[in-house]
Amino acid sequence: MDYQTLRTFADSWGLVFMGAVFLIAIGWALRPGARTSNDDARMIPFRDDEAGQ
Amino acid sequence: MAFESHAKIERNVTILAVLTLVVVMIGGLVQLVPLFFLENTIEKVEGVRPYTPLELAGRNIYIREGCYTCHSQMIRPFRDEAERFGHYSLAAESMYDHPFQWGSKRTGPDLARVGNRYSDEWHAQHLVNPRDVVPESIMPAYPFLKERLLDTTDIAGHLKANRTVGVPYSDEQVKNALADMQAQAVSDGDPTDLQRRYPKAQVRDFDGDPTRLTEMDALIAYLQMLGTLVDLDAYVPEQNRR
Amino acid sequence: MTSFLQAGAYLLFGILSLFMIATATSAGFAIHGVIILIACILAVVTTVGRLQPSPNGGWIVPDTANGGYHDGVIKAGVIATVFWGVVGLLVGVVIAAQLTFPTLGWGIEYLSFGRLRPVHTSAVIFAFGGNALLATSFWVVQRTCRAQLWAPGLAWFVFWGYQLFIVLAASGYVLGITQSKEYAEPEWYVDLWLTIVWVAYLAVYVGTIVKRREPHIYVANWFYLAFIITIAMLHVVNNLAVPVGFGPKSYGVWAGVQDALTQWWYGHNAVGFFLTAGFLGMMYYFVPKQAGKPVYSYRLSIVHFWSLIFLYIWAGPHHLHYTALPDWAQFLGMTFSIMLWMPSWGGMINGLMTLEGAWDKIRTDPIIRMQVAALAFYGMSTFEGPMMSIRSVNGLSHYTDWTIGHVHSGALGWVGMISFSSMYFLAPRVFGVARLYSLRMINWHFWMAMGGITLYTASMWVAGIMQGLMWREFNAEGYLVYSFAEVTAAMHPYYLIRLAGGVIYLGGALMMVWNIWMTAKGRVRDEAPLDAGTPHNPHTDRPLVPVGAAQPAE
Repeated sequence: MDYQTLRTFADSWGLVFMGAVFLIAIGWALRPGARTSNDDARMIPFRDDEAGQ
Repeated sequence: MAFESHAKIERNVTILAVLTLVVVMIGGLVQLVPLFFLENTIEKVEGVRPYTPLELAGRNIYIREGCYTCHSQMIRPFRDEAERFGHYSLAAESMYDHPFQWGSKRTGPDLARVGNRYSDEWHAQHLVNPRDVVPESIMPAYPFLKERLLDTTDIAGHLKANRTVGVPYSDEQVKNALADMQAQAVSDGDPTDLQRRYPKAQVRDFDGDPTRLTEMDALIAYLQMLGTLVDLDAYVPEQNRR
Repeated sequence: MTSFLQAGAYLLFGILSLFMIATATSAGFAIHGVIILIACILAVVTTVGRLQPSPNGGWIVPDTANGGYHDGVIKAGVIATVFWGVVGLLVGVVIAAQLTFPTLGWGIEYLSFGRLRPVHTSAVIFAFGGNALLATSFWVVQRTCRAQLWAPGLAWFVFWGYQLFIVLAASGYVLGITQSKEYAEPEWYVDLWLTIVWVAYLAVYVGTIVKRREPHIYVANWFYLAFIITIAMLHVVNNLAVPVGFGPKSYGVWAGVQDALTQWWYGHNAVGFFLTAGFLGMMYYFVPKQAGKPVYSYRLSIVHFWSLIFLYIWAGPHHLHYTALPDWAQFLGMTFSIMLWMPSWGGMINGLMTLEGAWDKIRTDPIIRMQVAALAFYGMSTFEGPMMSIRSVNGLSHYTDWTIGHVHSGALGWVGMISFSSMYFLAPRVFGVARLYSLRMINWHFWMAMGGITLYTASMWVAGIMQGLMWREFNAEGYLVYSFAEVTAAMHPYYLIRLAGGVIYLGGALMMVWNIWMTAKGRVRDEAPLDAGTPHNPHTDRPLVPVGAAQPAE
């Protein structure tokens, strides 16, 4: 393994892989089905039933 | 039912933790690991050797006093730095440094090539009270270095620990560690053996008191060797493209 | 039964510390042995002393939470945060004074800048910041999971074990026990101790999440979890070392260029995961809670999380631009550092927009005001950081006080302000009183902090850029214009301004000490309410214009 091999891998398949991972993460967060669960999740801090909170 | 939901919950936090760990490991794996395998990470140069026992003790005082908080040992390839501090630093020059002392801040000047730039007397005076020789200096004074005898306990153990982490100290060097440490600064004996074991080792009384082996001796011996080992005129950058 | 096992384990550590004292060849190691011995004795006494006879025979640990959340350890965390905050800032002021008046220190080894500087950095990052993270994470994980802490006794172990780590680390630096890796200075045995404490912390945290009654794991916990896991990884890899016999000194396994990159992989992610991810966890709970509004976009917070942790970990090499680190690593570090700007600002926008529809609270609620300032400083330093990671900019800024200014705009502005605001949120709740002693004093604290940061960062920017330019200035004959000493002398006025900024910031923190002390005593200051002021229309979120005043043209 020399620098050139690593470099070639990094700026071709490596880049594609990382880009794909990122797009999947974004897609997962923005998928239509996520809306209700997200709306539910963001209310969590207000749900604990302590007095005076 | 209860069991089922519990299993699912536990799986969720496990997945989250594992995914997180995988994601944060990628960067380290891609950046750190190749540094150990790429052969051109460290330049091929002659002259780099492990520290003499006295230099190593001096280096440990340098570390103990936190000198690295104000002094770098890493000259960058800029014209002004070449003018001020000398040839830019090579990775090879710190290949036996556990840990490295490149530093991150120059409240004081870079020390990578401070060796042989000032006299031992200058260093001793400067360390006792920096403002005696550099009026503008904001460095702390270290008068106690001159008074304190150097701790020579288990110096061979220090060399052995270094050997465990990869510094090529020979059996002979380990065996003679204590004698070499004293020979470098206080004894009038023949320095040939020491200099054979450690080429370019500077042998003399460093702190102005030939009767005692002090912390000042060790620290100045370390400072005076910094940047003196590699013959940079023989270094060809084109052969070490990284 | 487990209590007796615990006490036995502490006894073993006690015997180990006796061994340390007996075999020590340096005063520092012996002193550390004594500190550990005292800690072990205290641990045994409290572990056994808290036991009560059980009705059906044997001994039990009484449930101090009475079925509710375990807030005792959080109360201790709030006190420790405030205490260590003042200590850390005070040492910072001392070393700033030493750079201005170098004879302060009087040639005494224990008081020299080189030994006190790690005390300052560790005290503010690990003691102040770390305790703030412990306290808030235990609060947030219980509330957002609607579950009690798993193993509350272990949580107390984490708390006191962490304080022992801090005391050993700081006393070690003063005594000259250090491995000289920035922000990872403690020697091998202190590192091992922290590893034990950290694993316990992870266990308590994950254990609590596992027993949660809320199906979804709230995003604040993601950030806290990433902080705990990543710090564990960084800490272990960066601190691998071989000790010399049984003594304080060790030699790290990494050397030279590899050590440098490992260290800054650690160092930059101490910023990224300790001082950023952990505190973002704090932000994602306390900002919505104080504003009374849910986070602006939960989706954005998820995208924020994954992109932040993925990108941060690559940024380390920007600390090594133009060094002997191979160029490919430098460019990789620079690229990711610049990309990091985006998730950082995404997070800032998410935090700020949470206040949409409640902007009037900036005027009326000093805690919100602090949170907004914290987010603004987060945004500022996460813009400045990527800029400074560009190689040509870094060529000027590296090694200068510009870096110091950058760090402090993040530390004093972001970490300081978000922590202070969280402590003000927690104080009345953990001390079980109706409200804080004084809201107006928070406001004074806020303005003192702002004044201090302004003086600090502005003086360091000027000093740093000036330093960088003076170092590289050549005259027509091709000689350097300034000697190094002349540049040092030129810094004096800026170091004086920085010192003033630090003193003012410390003054604000002392005001917080008083405020929280009085709150703990249940006192309420007689003062005019802060929100008496401007009437406003809650629907348009605009102040009401008094009758007869000119209408703005819209």
